Amino acid sequence: MEIDPFIFRFSIFILSIFIGYYVVWSVTPSLHTPLMSVTNAISSVIIVGAIVASLSGNNENLFNLSNILGLIAIILAAINIFGGFLVTQRMLQMYKKKKKDK
Amino acid sequence: MSANLSAIFYLISGVLFILALKGLSSPKTSRQGNVFGIIGMIIAIVVTILSVGNFSTGLIYVLMFLLLGGAIGAFIAFKIPMTAMPELVAGFHSLVGLAAVFVAISAFLKPEVFNLGMPGNIKIVSLIEMSIGASIGAITFSGSVIAFLKLQGIMSGSPITFKGQHFINALIGISIIVLIYYLCVTQLPNLFWLIILLSFLIGLLLIIPIGGADMPVVISMLNSYSGWAAAGIGFTLENTALIITGALVGSSGAILSYIMCKGMNRSFFNVILGGWGGTDKTLDTKNSEQRPVKSGNAEDAAFLMKNASSIIIVPGYGMAVAQAQHSLKEMVDTLKNNGIKVAYAIHPVAGRMPGHMNVLLAEANISYDKLFDMDEINDDFACTDVALIIGANDVVNPAARHDESSPIYGMPILNVDQAKTTFVLKRSMNPGFAGISNELFGYDNNYMVFGDAKATVSQFVETLKE
Repeated sequence: MEIDPFIFRFSIFILSIFIGYYVVWSVTPSLHTPLMSVTNAISSVIIVGAIVASLSGNNENLFNLSNILGLIAIILAAINIFGGFLVTQRMLQMYKKKKKDK
Repeated sequence: MSANLSAIFYLISGVLFILALKGLSSPKTSRQGNVFGIIGMIIAIVVTILSVGNFSTGLIYVLMFLLLGGAIGAFIAFKIPMTAMPELVAGFHSLVGLAAVFVAISAFLKPEVFNLGMPGNIKIVSLIEMSIGASIGAITFSGSVIAFLKLQGIMSGSPITFKGQHFINALIGISIIVLIYYLCVTQLPNLFWLIILLSFLIGLLLIIPIGGADMPVVISMLNSYSGWAAAGIGFTLENTALIITGALVGSSGAILSYIMCKGMNRSFFNVILGGWGGTDKTLDTKNSEQRPVKSGNAEDAAFLMKNASSIIIVPGYGMAVAQAQHSLKEMVDTLKNNGIKVAYAIHPVAGRMPGHMNVLLAEANISYDKLFDMDEINDDFACTDVALIIGANDVVNPAARHDESSPIYGMPILNVDQAKTTFVLKRSMNPGFAGISNELFGYDNNYMVFGDAKATVSQFVETLKE
């Protein structure tokens, strides 16, 4: 009997939880705020779903509800991606400056 | 682009996201980690556009909206003051949640686009996945909006509780599960809308009873939710990058919630059930026979510090509110020039989100290797001359160690009372965020220095430089 592809995805999911568990415990507490902002940014990879949704049905009827929702989701996720990565960068930059002072 | 090839690229971007988090294990590697994250994101977006392969006018709209959102995001990222990071993160969580809801609705309306079947005849597994994704996304959205309003002070930080609250929450939770079951059986769109609506409602109800002092836990928890929502959508879209990322973010948020709960010695359920801070005040007035406190002026305190050989500074959110961190840095530099050893002690729940205090001090150019976690520094207080407490309160209250009637009993605290002398910089004798009176203030070796923290620290600097 063939294994359902869902099981493969589920395996990836479970293993990723474990990777996340060990990786996050190794994050130094002083960087917990950047950790939150960067996880925020990467969870916006949900934008891939939004892109598919807004480009769906390559017919002339561009603006049906499903496409519009996709486009709104693109804005929301893009705010997060740019905002998340840039604010993380800004914070991490502060940790750098002091090192040079020394 | 073939499905297999794009799956490989999604895997690569998933791995890059793992490396992005891994980079944060030290400030030195962290910026490189962030770059990995950005590359991972670019790969995911480009691959998606290529694999859809629709280069019609639709793509122009996609890019336009992408840049529009990006410009807004960049603007916010550069403008936001570091004290407002908790609000920012809460706001960002709400966007992830809402985006998840929209993608799920879109998939529900046009399942054929995502290979999930036809409208009215969607694969059962996909239906469950998209319902879960939409539901958690909706909870993340409304919960984060409430958290944002509370942090911004638009909504009062005090918990809102009413009779039968937990019962209603449980009822809504169960109805969502039952509705998902019926949705799978009947495929009726109305059930799907109802699930989303109820999820918005429960997100709201879950956060309103949680008091302002517990916000660090709430933010971490919502961080976790936003991850699970992304993972749910990842299953629906059969997208590995999303599944990996969702799992990473989900477990990251869960760990941070755990650390925050431990920092306050509270169980996760205790926080979730909420109502903390409201009941304490009545309890507190009963045993508030506070001993008379001694207050000193800034000059005396500065004089004592000048003659000390080691000082530990305990900053709290009050310091950030008073914007005292830059004067503090100046003070510490002066002390160091006089050959005095200075270190900072950071309690896990200092500030209003995990690691918040570290960022605020980093902004003031205070070197991160001078900051110590509670576990690292707690034994050093006993051989320290002066502990200077600025804008922190509950985290230095010795009552947490021995007073079983205290609401914070059992909470790990910084052992400032073991230092030879303690100075508490405070605006007035008002109790802190949690409304609990502080035993330390009445101790013999403690002096209160009343006034605005920034003004007081500036005064320290002047006196020290004389």
